[in-house]
Amino acid sequence: MMYVLIVFLPLVAALIAGLFGRAIGDRGSQLVTSTAVIIGAILSWVALYQIAFQQTTEVIELMTWIDSGDFDVNWMLRIDSLTAVMLVVVNTVSAVVHVYSIGYMSHDPHKPRFMAYLSLFTFAMLMLVTSDNFVQLYFGWEGVGLASYLLIGFWYKKPSANAAAIKAFVVNRVGDFGFALGIMGIYFVFDSVSFDDVFAAAPGQVGQHFEFLGYQVDILTTLCLLLFVGAMGKSAQIGLHTWLPDAMEGPTPVSALIHAATMVTAGVFMVARCSPLFEYSPDALMVVTIVGATTCFFAATIGLVQNDIKRVIAYSTCSQLGYMFFALGIGAYPVAIFHLFTHAFFKALLFLGAGSVIHAVSDEQDMRNMGGLWRHIKFTYAMMWIGSLALAGIPFFAGFWSKDLIIESAFAAGTNVGDYAFWAGTAAAALTAFYSGRLIFMTFHGKPRASKEVMDHVHESPKVMLIPLCVLALGAIFGGAMVIPMTWEGHYEEFWGASILILESNNVMVDAHHVPTWVKLLPLIVGLVAFALTVQMYIRRTEIPVQLAKTHSALYQFLLNKWYFDELYDFVFVRPSKAIGRFLWTFGDGKVIDGLGPNGVAGRVLVLARRASQLQSGYVYHYAFAMLLGVVAFVSYFFFAGGH
Amino acid sequence: MLDWPILSTVTFLPLIGVVLILLTSGKEESAARNARWVALWTTLFTFVISLFIWINFDNNTAAFQFVEKSSWLGNNINYHMGVDGISMLFIILTTFLMPLCILASWEAITVRVREYMIAFLVMECLMIGVFCALDMVLFYLFFEAGLIPMFLIIGIWGGGQRVYASFKFFLYTLIGSVLMLVAMITMYFIAGTTDIPTLINFSFDPHLQLWLWLAFFASFAVKVPMWPVHTWLPDAHVQAPTAGSVILAGVLLKMGGYGFLRFSIPMFPEGSEYFAPLVFALSVIAIIYTSLVALVQKDMKKLIAYSSVAHMGFITIGVFTFTQQGLEGGILQMISHGIVSGALFLCVGVVYDRLHTREISRYGGLVNRMPRYALIFLIFTMATIGLPGTSGFVGEFLILVGAYQVNTTVAFLATIGVILGAAYSLWLYRRVVFGELVKDDLKNIMDVGRREILIFTPLILVAFWIGIYPEPFMDVMHASVVNLMDQHETAMQASKTILNAAK
Repeated sequence: MMYVLIVFLPLVAALIAGLFGRAIGDRGSQLVTSTAVIIGAILSWVALYQIAFQQTTEVIELMTWIDSGDFDVNWMLRIDSLTAVMLVVVNTVSAVVHVYSIGYMSHDPHKPRFMAYLSLFTFAMLMLVTSDNFVQLYFGWEGVGLASYLLIGFWYKKPSANAAAIKAFVVNRVGDFGFALGIMGIYFVFDSVSFDDVFAAAPGQVGQHFEFLGYQVDILTTLCLLLFVGAMGKSAQIGLHTWLPDAMEGPTPVSALIHAATMVTAGVFMVARCSPLFEYSPDALMVVTIVGATTCFFAATIGLVQNDIKRVIAYSTCSQLGYMFFALGIGAYPVAIFHLFTHAFFKALLFLGAGSVIHAVSDEQDMRNMGGLWRHIKFTYAMMWIGSLALAGIPFFAGFWSKDLIIESAFAAGTNVGDYAFWAGTAAAALTAFYSGRLIFMTFHGKPRASKEVMDHVHESPKVMLIPLCVLALGAIFGGAMVIPMTWEGHYEEFWGASILILESNNVMVDAHHVPTWVKLLPLIVGLVAFALTVQMYIRRTEIPVQLAKTHSALYQFLLNKWYFDELYDFVFVRPSKAIGRFLWTFGDGKVIDGLGPNGVAGRVLVLARRASQLQSGYVYHYAFAMLLGVVAFVSYFFFAGGH
Repeated sequence: MLDWPILSTVTFLPLIGVVLILLTSGKEESAARNARWVALWTTLFTFVISLFIWINFDNNTAAFQFVEKSSWLGNNINYHMGVDGISMLFIILTTFLMPLCILASWEAITVRVREYMIAFLVMECLMIGVFCALDMVLFYLFFEAGLIPMFLIIGIWGGGQRVYASFKFFLYTLIGSVLMLVAMITMYFIAGTTDIPTLINFSFDPHLQLWLWLAFFASFAVKVPMWPVHTWLPDAHVQAPTAGSVILAGVLLKMGGYGFLRFSIPMFPEGSEYFAPLVFALSVIAIIYTSLVALVQKDMKKLIAYSSVAHMGFITIGVFTFTQQGLEGGILQMISHGIVSGALFLCVGVVYDRLHTREISRYGGLVNRMPRYALIFLIFTMATIGLPGTSGFVGEFLILVGAYQVNTTVAFLATIGVILGAAYSLWLYRRVVFGELVKDDLKNIMDVGRREILIFTPLILVAFWIGIYPEPFMDVMHASVVNLMDQHETAMQASKTILNAAK
């Protein structure tokens, strides 16, 4: 019952606020939705205690969904340790964001709609993490996609917001395309789509082959890779990442909730959930590692030069998701989820802090027009420091524990791709420290670059926005404590129970704690060096960055334009689709099909018909008449034939 | 089972409405008002009665139910009616959409209202007849005659190019119908009967099956419509009045799919098996081709019409997989498409009634003045792109699951259509609903009124119902679909044995 409440309270709240928002007013909508999610958050912590610390699993069957032959899918809630951790992350951040939005959106005329979307998103995300089968997972998956689409395009008057919303949905659909094919393949192979059945039967399929698109391929590797395409879309991994930075068009609380803490981590969750499949497919895991490591480095490089404060954090998110994926790829699933957990707090803190900054400087997002703000908004300043230190992995903030452990696990894996991930992760750690420092210094230090008018208005945000920041800051400082139950030898096995499968041959979880000292220190050292560099470049000698950009203009442009992914896709996919569509319409339908068919024939018929039409009044009647004649002839034929 | 002929009652009930409208007389205005109310009450009453078919339907048998049989023309042609799990839901769909169509025409139609309502009621009778008929002659009669009122609706109450549109359809249908007629006569000569259940159990010569299959295919493919005989549809939709489009998309297109299920697959199993790859090819082309074309449309109705062709492509794939998921998904998707695309045409009708244009570029920013409309349109946009939880998902996904088992390439290519579907639907929605409201003639546009909400509410409820709890719909199909598959399987086995014996 408690679990049903956790999942469905937000839906009820969303419906009330969405459909009756005008009747219950702004205040009413905010109250209803926030209360529902706060209750959910409290219950989620209870659930975490009951499930993960007392090693139980709850499965609740709600009702039948689709039943067609062997294809039998039920609406079910499944709560095991993995789900419980996700429940805590989703509901806590969601509750915080709900409250924060009351303040942040106080000038917006569409408050009920906003709150309804937030709660709708929360519901879909909860359905995603509590699913017991692949189809319900897909339901939550698309549901959060819908909510994301609605929230990115919340300010529907802005063309850029609309474009970003469509882009997010369509790019995600490309990922879902793989996911959907994966589910179909799973049903084809296992005759079931429920997690229990599929995972139980997975070992039997090792080394088996099936036919896919005319090729004989390894079953498990193919299925895992198809699922992973879905994960790449939702979690913005390289190639399918282009929607995430644009998604920053949405209001900042949305970026914190959806595009940092919860929805974008759905891909990580999915791979961890499918560990019983991935563990049997080393090839698929290798791909996951390479994609994750590459994304983690690639996104960090772009984050170095962006000027929009939210875009810097967005690329940082993309990069951190890369960390999670390569942790999954080397088989350290608990570590990946641990990083997901800590990241949710400090990244949401950074976004909401950035929102507080944006709020202070009259909706300015360009860091080139900020600077010198720290005296005016000291509380926000402190919060941003906490978030940045946690992100940069400074001891003993939450990010330090999780990120270092990921890098150490990569080293401990001892494989080629593991080494690649280790070096990419270490390099990204340096870049992370750099862009974090750059963000802080450009925003808060130096001379004010905003206009005097804006600077006069700079003010600290109201309490309703600051208290949520405190909650997240607590998580960013102390969240690392979960390192013991979640990842330490002798504890993690009990904590995760059956929700994550790690094969006996996979020792990375143990080895990660026994790496050489230089490996343990290296990420910290490069981080500190990079940080010192930003002090030099952005506080003491601010002309250096400008000069660097000039002397290395090609590299700078390459990074500033985000490795030209958008331009490439526009050239390869978007324009050709439209051109082909136009060609098929005017030439295919117009000239070929109609030209040879109806219009060609019709031209001749029309001449005849015109003569005939002198007798009658219109073509329609002709047809009707001709039909009737036909029917009469047909019937009479049978009448006579049958009468014999 | 009921002891009164419910199928005939439901089929001919609308004709009583016609009589009533003919009996009412009076001044232009009062006659129009009376005609509207009579039509509304007749269709509502028909819907309620038709629900008794569903309530009393026995889900456990594949046999035809509510059978009525009496001799009609000569010794061989009977008036034979009956439904099974494949046809029953189509009747409900028809009677469900009808009252909504009457309501949608309430204010939009101002000239010749009596005739308009009569045309709709006659059409309802003929459409229900198609799904009930268990005799080939009866079927043909309903099937072909059903087009006459449709042509009148397009031709009299349609747009500027209505003559061209009807002519186009005329040419397409004519060829198909003639071929089907020839095939039917051939079948009669061989089997000596026009009784559909008897013909289903009759095994035609495998070689002849190929020709018969092709002849029927010619007729049904035009109706579906399949690529490349789809070009009549966009024109017909654009010219038809709103309610005409709803019926066209909602019910008439389904007759092709129903024809495959009732004739092609059970009567010509070898032919169906042989030509399944052809159907897949045409369907996949349709999905990708028409989706790309939909992407660049400038007319709202044309865009939705092209998307219908793509969606019907999914259905033909599902039906010809001969798997339970594919067949049931196909039937469910036909029901869902009837609801969703009908609703989308109604959405277009709402703004067309206000501004009298279907140009997408004439709109923009409607959400500012019409928030309720924006929500309704959003729900159906999401349903048409197959968002899980809406009716569009269940059918589409089952079809793809079925297709994957037969041919992964087909599933792969069809799934690409899912991406394109999202692109063109959201792009349409964005251009019409989102953005600033800048155009002068939109500044005073009114949100959906009470009558319009009354139309959309049942559609929304059903769209979610099928999406969240499709059991009541699926339960109806199971027995008949399994029976159809078994039949197909047995026929395939038999032909294999013959082939082996010949060796």
